[in-house]
Amino acid sequence: MIEILEILANPNFWAATIRIATPLVFGVLGALLCERAGVLNLGIEGIFTAGAMAGWMAAWLGAGLWGGVLVAAVAGGLFGLLHAVLTVPLGLSQHVSGLGVTLLATSVAYFGYRTALPDVSSPPRIEPFPPLDVPLLSELPFFGPALFQHTALTWLALGMVVVVWWVMTRTPLGLAIRAVGDNPDAVDAQGLSVYGLRIGAVMAGSALMAVGGAFLTMAAFDAFFFGMVNGRGWICIALVIFASWRPWKALFGALLFGAFDAFQVRLQTAFGEEVPGQLFLMTPYILSIIALVVAARRADYPRALLAPWFKGQR
Amino acid sequence: MIRIEPREPSALTNVAVPVGAAVISLGLAAVPLALAGADILAAFALMWGGVFGSLFAFTETLTRATPLILTGLAAAVAFRARLWNIGGEGQLYLGALAAVAIGSGAVAGPAWVLLPLVMVAGALAGAAALVLPAWLKTRFGADEVVTTLLLNFVILLFVQMMLEGPLQDPMGMGWPQSAPVVEEATLPQLLDRMRLHAGLLVGLAAAVILHGVMTRTTWGLRMRAVGENAPAARHAGIPVTRTLLWVAVLSGALAGLAGVGEVAGLKGYLTADLSPGYGYAGIVVAMLARLSPLGVVLAALFVAAVFVGADTMSRAIGVSSYLADLVVATSLLTVLVGGFVARYRVVRVRTGEARQ
Repeated sequence: MIEILEILANPNFWAATIRIATPLVFGVLGALLCERAGVLNLGIEGIFTAGAMAGWMAAWLGAGLWGGVLVAAVAGGLFGLLHAVLTVPLGLSQHVSGLGVTLLATSVAYFGYRTALPDVSSPPRIEPFPPLDVPLLSELPFFGPALFQHTALTWLALGMVVVVWWVMTRTPLGLAIRAVGDNPDAVDAQGLSVYGLRIGAVMAGSALMAVGGAFLTMAAFDAFFFGMVNGRGWICIALVIFASWRPWKALFGALLFGAFDAFQVRLQTAFGEEVPGQLFLMTPYILSIIALVVAARRADYPRALLAPWFKGQR
Repeated sequence: MIRIEPREPSALTNVAVPVGAAVISLGLAAVPLALAGADILAAFALMWGGVFGSLFAFTETLTRATPLILTGLAAAVAFRARLWNIGGEGQLYLGALAAVAIGSGAVAGPAWVLLPLVMVAGALAGAAALVLPAWLKTRFGADEVVTTLLLNFVILLFVQMMLEGPLQDPMGMGWPQSAPVVEEATLPQLLDRMRLHAGLLVGLAAAVILHGVMTRTTWGLRMRAVGENAPAARHAGIPVTRTLLWVAVLSGALAGLAGVGEVAGLKGYLTADLSPGYGYAGIVVAMLARLSPLGVVLAALFVAAVFVGADTMSRAIGVSSYLADLVVATSLLTVLVGGFVARYRVVRVRTGEARQ
């Protein structure tokens, strides 16, 4: 009991929560954009990997940190375009296409890494995004190290929550995206392009996912490892259902997940002697499954999710 | 103005589309090969030699195809009923874990008892790993894509935990691996001095039996009806939930058997790196086979040949063997597009001007 209180009273725990949540915020927002437009994007796991690899590689080659983030976003957008072309105008199975994009993006990232760096045993490192000390606030006891010493990408993630929320609820574009995921016939009748809206939303969402991946190699760590995404993409697909496709709830879900994950790591150090470490490592995945089961009952899926739509056919 | 309209796919396309996808994806491998600075023709020749160059090379391909046939069948059966089982990898590992739990000395007996027991245990373990998400789907509506994917990670961690705990080989110098499978629980080898084992026969038999079940029995018809239109199937009096749960048992059992074959036929003991993604590759196999059980055998041979060929080529000229994953991923996307070409045609619609 004392151990648990000690964990919660330590600002490092809260800082870790936010650090773990950051890539998930990008991923859940990306999945949310795609699904709100009616397209399930199971390419997410591979797009995370491609973003992690492309962003890091660009920075390592001298494009600068923000140049790397941009490269990651473009790579994500391109894989998103592939998924969107297959699933929107061609109307192919979103499940199969998404898994195909994950396999393709992952193998492109791994093949590219191995081809560029054939002989390295320890991966080369970059100078990652530094923590930004918010003036004055970062000096505060407890709250300073917990909340106000994060990298620029964490602030970007928070900014993207606001942007996605604002676009989706306050702009005609957001209304159109939501409508195209609920009732594409109505959008078509308005003279808007169903294909254009869906392809654009999937590309933007995929770019966000890739930036989430870039956070891993450019802020959380400073190098690219095989298997480093480790199911984070799939967890985002579960979290977006938990968040009922709403941006603020997505932020909340990612933070809640980050807190559990940071907590289990600390429990592991406290109780690692008596309990096998794998039991702790399992908890994030099991929690995601539980969250999915709990949310599934009241889940209000976008009505046209998974349903292909062809112009001129009702 | 163009419009897309459906057409009946012809019998020819069922063969032409997968074959075309395989050829195109292999041809596209020239792009990464060129980017890696390799001599493309030499690389392809090396891959060919790695698969067909000798009897040993070919049996290696068959050995590699064995788990892919079983995970491919697992995916094909589930996808037919629109049960999106992406958990083949986890089911394979749980099957392998059950096999070593029983077959590594815990139970003693003659081969005619022990071998079937190990296989049944592995099949049941694989089935259990899919029945849980299938039940969560039918009972709570929890999307089985996500639950099966996440369970893969949970099961792999569970296997690691067992291999560092109760199932660790006491003679293994502390390595996280199981004790070796006893001789009575080992699948026999098919050829002298080759790694090919009886798991291949299990896979081939499963493919033939499944072909019969899916085309000739009421149960197979129900399964396809549930996949094609669940509400209509329910309306027609088919017990949809029960059918889905039985499909889960069958699909999970097939993937579990793949794990049994790998430990009891090939490796002889279990480690946490038993499978290089056979569960995920099984999905590609099933799609290349267009979900036909007999087609799965051919598709598994193709995917296995790509992996074995790329390994040989990689050892010889140093191009990363991730090339194989690239080819396999491309073939999945290509066969998907090919299926579209077979099912739809693009027609020009008159918009005032003369029809073309």
